Amino acid sequence: MSESLTRDDVAKVAHLARLELTDAELDTYTEQLGAVLDHAADVAALDLADVPPTAHPLPLVNVLRDDVIGPTVDREEVLSQAPAVEDRRFRVPAILGEEP
Amino acid sequence: MAELPTTAVEIAAAVRSGQVTAVEVLDAHLAAIDAREGEINAFNLVLADEARAAAAAVDARIAAGDDPGPLAGVPLALKDNLCTRGVPTTCSSRILEGWRPPYDATVVQRVAAAGAVAVGKTNLDEFAMGSSTENSAFGPTRNPRDTARVPGGSSGGSAAAVAAGFAPISLGSDTGGSIRQPAALCGVVGVKPTYGLVSRYGLVAFASSLDQIGPFSTTVADSALLLEAVAGHDPLDSTSIDQAAPSLLDVLDRGVEGLRIGLVTELMGEGIAPDVAARVRQAAAALEAAGATVGEVSVPATSYGLSAYYLIAPAEASSNLARYDGVRYGLRVDAPTTAEMNAATRTAGFGDEVKRRIMLGTYALSAGYYDAYYGKALKVRTLIMRDFEAAYEHFDLLLSPTSPTTAFRFGEKVDDPLSMYLNDICTIPTNLAGHPAMSVPFGAGADGMPVGVQLMAPALGEATMFRAAASLEAAAPSLEEAFA
Amino acid sequence: MSAVENLTHQPVEGEHFTITSEATGDVWEIVVGLEVHCELATATKLFCSCPNMFGDEPNTNVCPVCLGLPGSLPVLNRNVVELAMRLGRALHCSVEPSVFARKNYFYPDMPKDYQVSQFDRPINVDGWLDLPDGTRVGIERAHIEEDTGKNTHAGGSGRIHGADYSLVDYNRAGVPLVEIVGRPHIRHPEQAKTYIDELRAILLATGASDAKMEEGSLRVDANVSVRRVGDPELGRRCEIKNLNSLRSLGRAIEYEARRQVDLLESGEVVKQETRHWDEGAGRTRPGRSKEEAEDYRYFQEPDLVPLDPGADWIAAIDGAMPALPAARRDTLAAAAGVAPTETAVVVAVQRDLDQLALAAIAAGGDGSRVLLHVEHNLAVEGAESLDPAHFAQLVTMEVAGQLTATQAKTVLGDMLESGKAPDAIAAERGFEAMDSSELEGIVDGIIAESPDEWADYCGGDDKRRGKLQGFFVGKVMKATKGQADGKAVNAILDARRTAAG
Repeated sequence: MSESLTRDDVAKVAHLARLELTDAELDTYTEQLGAVLDHAADVAALDLADVPPTAHPLPLVNVLRDDVIGPTVDREEVLSQAPAVEDRRFRVPAILGEEP
Repeated sequence: MAELPTTAVEIAAAVRSGQVTAVEVLDAHLAAIDAREGEINAFNLVLADEARAAAAAVDARIAAGDDPGPLAGVPLALKDNLCTRGVPTTCSSRILEGWRPPYDATVVQRVAAAGAVAVGKTNLDEFAMGSSTENSAFGPTRNPRDTARVPGGSSGGSAAAVAAGFAPISLGSDTGGSIRQPAALCGVVGVKPTYGLVSRYGLVAFASSLDQIGPFSTTVADSALLLEAVAGHDPLDSTSIDQAAPSLLDVLDRGVEGLRIGLVTELMGEGIAPDVAARVRQAAAALEAAGATVGEVSVPATSYGLSAYYLIAPAEASSNLARYDGVRYGLRVDAPTTAEMNAATRTAGFGDEVKRRIMLGTYALSAGYYDAYYGKALKVRTLIMRDFEAAYEHFDLLLSPTSPTTAFRFGEKVDDPLSMYLNDICTIPTNLAGHPAMSVPFGAGADGMPVGVQLMAPALGEATMFRAAASLEAAAPSLEEAFA
Repeated sequence: MSAVENLTHQPVEGEHFTITSEATGDVWEIVVGLEVHCELATATKLFCSCPNMFGDEPNTNVCPVCLGLPGSLPVLNRNVVELAMRLGRALHCSVEPSVFARKNYFYPDMPKDYQVSQFDRPINVDGWLDLPDGTRVGIERAHIEEDTGKNTHAGGSGRIHGADYSLVDYNRAGVPLVEIVGRPHIRHPEQAKTYIDELRAILLATGASDAKMEEGSLRVDANVSVRRVGDPELGRRCEIKNLNSLRSLGRAIEYEARRQVDLLESGEVVKQETRHWDEGAGRTRPGRSKEEAEDYRYFQEPDLVPLDPGADWIAAIDGAMPALPAARRDTLAAAAGVAPTETAVVVAVQRDLDQLALAAIAAGGDGSRVLLHVEHNLAVEGAESLDPAHFAQLVTMEVAGQLTATQAKTVLGDMLESGKAPDAIAAERGFEAMDSSELEGIVDGIIAESPDEWADYCGGDDKRRGKLQGFFVGKVMKATKGQADGKAVNAILDARRTAAG
């Protein structure tokens, strides 16, 4: 069992990621993810205080497009792919949580 | 019937000159698919009718005196994470089953505009996460050289389709080796271009800062031909490099005289099978014999590549895959509330490996862990880029194995994620750096299965890389040649 | 009896609004910081070329990008960056190199289940906004982000709670927003309203937004806390949402402040939370409490590249900056010879009539009189098309006594309708300058007709005299068909009384 990851951690991230896990899956994932994180311990242990992060391999900046209207997608084509539709809109079950 | 051409270069030339028709070429490939697809399972979907219509259209243009383009009549397979308008695009996931995109990926438009004929959508590890194609929701693809073995992954279907002769060329995507590793395991050429050289628009994202689309083929020239057709700036992709596609076919015969090629020390030691390492040394010797200068070079940070990659890629994936929530397209598993419906849908729709990576990435980004994991991984990325930069001060190209081993057997690694991840140890560093790299077949390992050697180049160094690849191809031992 | 009922409040002259506890005698002040989201007035959305249009048929202004379809990628709208920079500079912000980040959370109106926003490196930082009363409100940041789609709740009450299901329209998804985060420098509900008024004027002046609260293109959240006057520490705050009008904003702040004082006076604590304003009930209510703190897992958006505006671009934005409300008020006030805080000056700029007023003053019109008309008689459609020379002429006639105030207002109305010159209109209407001896004669005649009232007027107390003054002026007006100048009539009456006394 990993030192870096607990069963509660896995339950918490599963909840954040909207995944449901059985107890058995929780055990399996805790072990498997723990092994990967233990392998990543070499990275976590590095002292990189003076190294800047690289979020992206390309040094591009200011990629912009002109503010000109282009084609939209046909509504029927879009809605035909939806699991549930009503009154020209996407239908979803009751929303309980607040919008952040 | 006269003997049909087999490579894309030959097919396009023959079709453009009217020696053969696109329909004849297509029929031969559909026949090959009929004969072996049941055994290989390279495709999620074979587009026989659409392909016939496309081939007939190419022939009609030839008849009318038009030039359908550099890929005229060339059958081509598309990885099933490339969006095709009105044609199911599944990413080999239950969660996208039945989804028909309302648009074509930029590369799909470009190959069509170049006259290619798409024959089908190829199988992959679900959402391109894997190294064996065993993570497909629609069953694994088998290695055409030995169907008891994996074809590699995640673009296993695209590699197998070319290796089995279902199409002379195919497109895959490479996030940590997903083109090069299956190319090596199936004994074909596979190229990951410079990040930004090929538009990602319409490629279903796995890890946005790492994903690149690239070609598979049986010859180096065919990969050059296909890459020329799909590369070049696309205003729909903000990370697309604003310059014209490189000229590659023209430089293939220039040889390697005077090129400095470095064998990467860190990728030749522990974890690399001895037979694979031996083939790489043989390849180095062949390049030296062809006029290149070969030396050893250390790229120390590459040893942290795997760890950094397995934090960065899952982090981006956890966000990229959030949209599969059962609201707008694909699978929905009903539940009383939207939050419960989201969770039920995702739980039923994603396979184990995808869930693993989503959770890993969610964890790496979460409050309290970001700095230790994701933040550190981004800094390691800087170190890797610095180390490559230092190496390229002394060398034009770098050389290593593509995969630590030849193709392994089904089930060998699928339940041990970490050992599966180690397959990517040689390919990951170039994804992190955004550099180009390609796998070129170079004989067989001790088990008789193909070995691929990897050529790496600095950003936009494709032309030099292809020159060396052509030299390697010319010097490569055949698969039948016994392992020394 | 609740503690709140034991409290009295008195708005203090100027910027402070305090609540005094009768029980303890403690004096509390309100601390407010406002977060404003405004939709930018672009032709297309933030990251795709779909129309940015309010009120269209549901799900028609959509494409793979704003629907978050697999494989789609964002490309940043140049005009969004320009408008955001212009707004930032108008708010005296520093425009910095910036990056986009993903804010990850699940919500059905958000097609990608993350919002592209700016997090640790926003485009505009550290500015301020000066209110007409001279208060300087700090601006922490003004960053770019994308709007969400719109949920319609069906079944049940039609509100989110108790709805059976919801329907989603993604037309608004991906519309460009700038979120302007103000520092907690506001101390009065009225000041909060003034801040929004001023910000709206800046948004309109810069062309950044149409800033319509009723259409949701300007949305305000208020962070409200209270503390004892003199206490340097900020109290724990609540974020108030669902403020759909300026009236709601003022009422909600006042209610919320009292609620918090009530809690604190009763020895309880204020819980840091999001609360919703219920306009009907006139109170704030807590949102559904979350089981855990949100964890948005921000990280740099890998599908977009950084923005680095550079000195040249910023200089170009500054060079093209339209005149802003504060400067326009100063200019107008100087030309009219009044203080920039005068209501008429504020109103003139708010109504975009300051150019007209300036032109009229430049054409010789009296500043105060011009402003008087702008404030009271020009709140009409098309007023900005008034000919400034005619406007100046009207004011000059008025000052010269050729028109009474009432007549001038009538003539102004006609000028707006017909575009004719004021002297022509006055002549048509028979508004003639009344000779002062003629007016004196009329007044004397009326005094002679009403000796009892006149005696009363001369001998009565101030109250009585005031009433009778109205009586006499009314008679004169009747006799002159309203053409007499009320002031002149009063002067004659006064002179006659003094002479009689």
